[in-house]
Amino acid sequence: MSEWWGVAETAKRVRSGEVTAFRVVEDMLVRIARLDRELGAYLELDGDGARAAANELDRQRKAGELLGPLAGVPIALKDNLVTKDVVTTAGSKILAGWNPPYDATVVEKLRAAGAIIVGKTNLDEFGMGSSTERSAFKKTKNPWDLSRVPGGSSGGSAAAVAAGMCAGSLGTDTGGSIRQPAAFSGCVGLKPTYGRVSRWGVIAYASSLDQVGPLARTVEDAALLLQTIAGHDPRDATSLATAVPDFVDLPRDVQGVKIGLPKEYFAGEIEKGVRVALERAKTALRDAGAILVDISLPHTHLALPAYYLVAPAEASSNLARYDGVRYGTRAEATDLLSLYMKTRGAGFGPEVKRRIMLGTYALRSGYYDAYYKKAQQIRALIKRDFDAAWASCDVILTPTTPTTAFRFGAKATPIDMYLADIFTLSCNLAGLPGISVPCGLTSEGLPVGAQLLGKPLDEASLIRVGGAIEDAVGLRDRRPGGFP
Amino acid sequence: MALTRKEVEEIALLARLHLDDDELERIQGDLGAILEHFQTIAAVDTTGIAPLTHAVAIESPLRVDEPQPPLPVELALRGTAKRDGDLIVVPSIIPGGRDE
Repeated sequence: MSEWWGVAETAKRVRSGEVTAFRVVEDMLVRIARLDRELGAYLELDGDGARAAANELDRQRKAGELLGPLAGVPIALKDNLVTKDVVTTAGSKILAGWNPPYDATVVEKLRAAGAIIVGKTNLDEFGMGSSTERSAFKKTKNPWDLSRVPGGSSGGSAAAVAAGMCAGSLGTDTGGSIRQPAAFSGCVGLKPTYGRVSRWGVIAYASSLDQVGPLARTVEDAALLLQTIAGHDPRDATSLATAVPDFVDLPRDVQGVKIGLPKEYFAGEIEKGVRVALERAKTALRDAGAILVDISLPHTHLALPAYYLVAPAEASSNLARYDGVRYGTRAEATDLLSLYMKTRGAGFGPEVKRRIMLGTYALRSGYYDAYYKKAQQIRALIKRDFDAAWASCDVILTPTTPTTAFRFGAKATPIDMYLADIFTLSCNLAGLPGISVPCGLTSEGLPVGAQLLGKPLDEASLIRVGGAIEDAVGLRDRRPGGFP
Repeated sequence: MALTRKEVEEIALLARLHLDDDELERIQGDLGAILEHFQTIAAVDTTGIAPLTHAVAIESPLRVDEPQPPLPVELALRGTAKRDGDLIVVPSIIPGGRDE
């Protein structure tokens, strides 16, 4: 039964000695071997490393040593977080078989807290996608409906959490890549404030937008993981030197909390099942004493073009490092320019090439002002919208996505796929914290996510209000049908 | 917002990205459609708005100028495809030059 224990429950039982870390890890590896052939959540497993770490923890407990807060907790990591001696690919052929020489800061922190890394999860190549269909290696299925995508780009992490193939997971979120798959797969997904969590050892997509955060089955578990990974890191120049508050023992009382409802997010095309679930969440919050306030974020419709210019521009620069010289795959060539061009032409997939081309175009001399600079100015307007909104509310409630999980192949054009992120992009452009919390199932049995956006560094309010939504209409004890 | 084939080829060279004929054609169409969709931003009045490069105001932090232990050479070089001792081997920088 240990497979369905979450982060908090596993740690409690291992720390008390009720169960050994080895037993927990062994049960989890057996479950993964049984289920993941069908689901495809993992790209790489580290069974030997996980067993060795578990044995070491059990030895420490027997010796009377103090165990960390995540002792024995099996964790899955999105495969764009580098792990020493465990192959890391970012879902790209250009990094196939790459064995990183160090651990990312977040991985070091998890290990130091006693967590056990069981494997690396699938993603859209370099985080560029909203369905995990853009992975160079495999498709990942949604445990709630195997004909549908789990969302993306952290789709492998979301599927692993949803199917009980890890206690919790870390993903990354550049434009919604934690929150959107969490919504599609019935998990809690939290994107921290930009700078709250170190990006050292995170394979960069768009550096001014990327953040690492947890995916878990409960708000409490997500808070526990955030507590572990948050904090200043001198190795990341954009990491904030700000004290980390207590995220774990927060009250779930929302009495008097002002919750903003931006009309721009509720006015457009939203699937009926999503609308119904959001209404239930609103009613539950009002019944619990929260005050619902109508607000406006007037530049919301410009987030999509601004994001899809800023992010590809930064990506085109970040991905310049994959040239076949220092690491990754290398094409045969007789001169250096051909080596670069052939390596990159053969190693990158179609969506990555499209975004590198779009970003290079937007940064090009003569076009810079019309595209890149303009997008950065719109980014400033979007941030101003939020700054103004905080005068009348404490947190903002929206649907995480306009639809539930879509079927494989449903998004035929790039723009169709980009529109899947429409409600999650502004949060990254403004650097705010955001969370997606399950708020029920549709009549088809598909999960719906409620998104909460907070003031900078106010993850605590998201956890508090998210906890209230979870208590009233969440999916904490619901499991996808085929995965008992 | 149609792009010419020549423009797409120029961007691919700037991006150091080899694209075959099919890819060039597809990306020419995709970029045109995406940029067309993004024309909404052109009409937005942004006079006097300072571009926002980072959502959080960040100053370059400086650390104390003391040597730190580097990544060991063996670890740093283990990802490279071709080595000669502690050096990375690449083909000639000048086309037609002496290879390696």
